[in-house]
Amino acid sequence: MAQFRTCPDTGLYFHKSAESLIKANAVAAAVALLVAGVLGLLVVLTRWQAVHLLPADQFYMALTAHGIDALIFWIIFFEMAVLYVASSVLLRSRLATPFWGWVQFVLMLVGAIMTNWAIFQGNSSVMMTSYAPMQAAPHFYLGLILFAVGALIGCFVFFGTLVVAKQEKTYDGSIPLVTFGAVTAAIIAVFTIASGAIILVPTFFWSIGYISHIDAEMYRIVWWGMGHSSQQINVAAHVAIWYLIAGLVFGARPMSEKVSRSAYLLYILFLQLACAHHILVDPGVSAEWKVFNTSYAMYLAVLASMIHGLTVPGSIEVAQRAKGFNNGLFEWLRKAPWDNPVFSSMFISLVTFGFLGGITGVVMGTEQINLIIHNTIYVPAHFHATVVTGTTMAFMGVTFFLIPVLFRRQMILPGLAKLQPYIFGGGMTILILFMLGAGTLGVSRRHWDMDFTGAALGFDYPGMAYTLMGIGAFGGVIGVVGGAAFLLITVGSLLFGKKLEPSAGLLQSFGVPLAASCYTDERPAILPRAAAAEGHHGSSFEAPGTFVLALVLLVTFVVYYFINWKYLASVWQLS
Amino acid sequence: MKETSDKPEKDQEEKIPAMQTLIDNPFLLLFIGVAMPTVFYLIWGIMEIVTIPVAP
Ligand code: HEM
Ligand SMILES: [Cu+2]
Repeated sequence: MAQFRTCPDTGLYFHKSAESLIKANAVAAAVALLVAGVLGLLVVLTRWQAVHLLPADQFYMALTAHGIDALIFWIIFFEMAVLYVASSVLLRSRLATPFWGWVQFVLMLVGAIMTNWAIFQGNSSVMMTSYAPMQAAPHFYLGLILFAVGALIGCFVFFGTLVVAKQEKTYDGSIPLVTFGAVTAAIIAVFTIASGAIILVPTFFWSIGYISHIDAEMYRIVWWGMGHSSQQINVAAHVAIWYLIAGLVFGARPMSEKVSRSAYLLYILFLQLACAHHILVDPGVSAEWKVFNTSYAMYLAVLASMIHGLTVPGSIEVAQRAKGFNNGLFEWLRKAPWDNPVFSSMFISLVTFGFLGGITGVVMGTEQINLIIHNTIYVPAHFHATVVTGTTMAFMGVTFFLIPVLFRRQMILPGLAKLQPYIFGGGMTILILFMLGAGTLGVSRRHWDMDFTGAALGFDYPGMAYTLMGIGAFGGVIGVVGGAAFLLITVGSLLFGKKLEPSAGLLQSFGVPLAASCYTDERPAILPRAAAAEGHHGSSFEAPGTFVLALVLLVTFVVYYFINWKYLASVWQLS
Repeated sequence: MKETSDKPEKDQEEKIPAMQTLIDNPFLLLFIGVAMPTVFYLIWGIMEIVTIPVAP
């Protein structure tokens, strides 16, 4: 008999087994973020040429581990928690096969430890992308494979839960939009993991000597089938969290279920094709393949992101206006709860993802202007806007929400929590903006020494490049402080926060269920169908403020796009 | 628990539009979502690599 707990504050239902799995995955994610953050500090202090902290070999080791712990382990552990929330909690359903859920967790944990162990042994500093013919230790690949198998199992537990919910009729009508977003994420995850298996399994055999040769170009194409798609899992997941938080904080309802779902459908169809933007300057593949996959297909996916970027704040605006914040274009936004870290994290995520991540992403996805910044520090700057201020901040926001609701602990240091999104988001924005600038001046990514000391073929960067890297790194240090504040608050709350439920002890914070009396055998009430939003047909005029914001984004994009083409022309001395 | 749609009863019984049957079927979506990139990105890309002539 499935047992459920009802959250007394929010009315959410937690299936006992799902609850434990969500907690375990979220805690593992936080540990990965801690490791990644410490390494990020070491990396950024090395790229700050005036500090130049680590020696070369340790720099590349730290950079490899930073990329993998942050982008793979932190994000995907958290996404497993998101999948279980979106299926079991939001659909009020029992989780399908909790046993396989634990297999997911254990495999991913073992895999993560194994790969870290390989990296810190020192012979696997191959960067996150581990391009062949660079070779890492066998357990580097094996760890990643185990991790991926675990994640795939998690996806099928998710799909299984959808089936269970449908069969047991736990909801009426269609699944909620947030769950639909998670479906999108899980679909992309299946392709991601399949690509990963196709390339990492042979690479593993190559590392133990069973296969003699891995073609470098083949590796790049298939690897990016995983490497890029996994970023699209993040996008689908964090957009779902935007919708979730808009609903939780404002009671906002999607402006149009149809439009939002169609936008997700565009993700399912086209988002993954943009993998090809990583191959834009590779020889061996045709221009047709590059142009089809990056331009036409990618623009449809970008369109979908713009729809979400419009409907999420639009739904907030509509909800706020309904509450009477109707003055002018922006009263609804000014009077938003800016000191609630759940909201502020989410809103910073939305704005930076669109303005910094989105615009630079489209620029980099354009073959010609990509050439200006290819393989420069511009690239990490871009994806810190997407995966750090975008995805990571959305995940942080929802974590603040989950501490009382899921873990039944009161959040400690509420004053610091109010500031945390601004410290983290502000610091990372500085890092992003200045490294974008440095990249435009040609500063390489993954490069230990800007001075080229003793190199046969040196290069003198302009003094400005050093200044930009220095300021960017300073922002990175602030970002690390903000990240540390996040971990201090969350982990501190799990350990020392006031218990909102007497049985929420230490072990309960790590996945052990609460006291038996918290759960009942009673089935949760059926989730009612989302009421049709009469009169809200997604017209921009119900949300004029959002419409203006969208125009600002468009103008910023056009100006920035123009500047890049202009710059390209001047590089080739065509004007 | 009758918080269902505001629409009158008979509207709800109307034929479900094709688009909605697609969106309500996660496994069909899964198929499409895996097939698209497999065909256009992986297979097409790999075909181009394997048809590069080997240097003499
Ligand atoms: C907490 C503050 C962080 C700082 C200061 C930071 C700093 C940096 C810097 C400076 C680089 C580029 C180094 C180079 O190419 O030479 C880098 C690379 C990278 N970072 Fe971060 N980062 C932070 C957080 C994160 C987070 C949260 C994620 C993922 C969610 C992330 C993912 C990555 C990845 C994937 C790379 C590329 C690694 C590679 O080139 O193989 N970072 N980071
Ligand atoms: Cu990409």
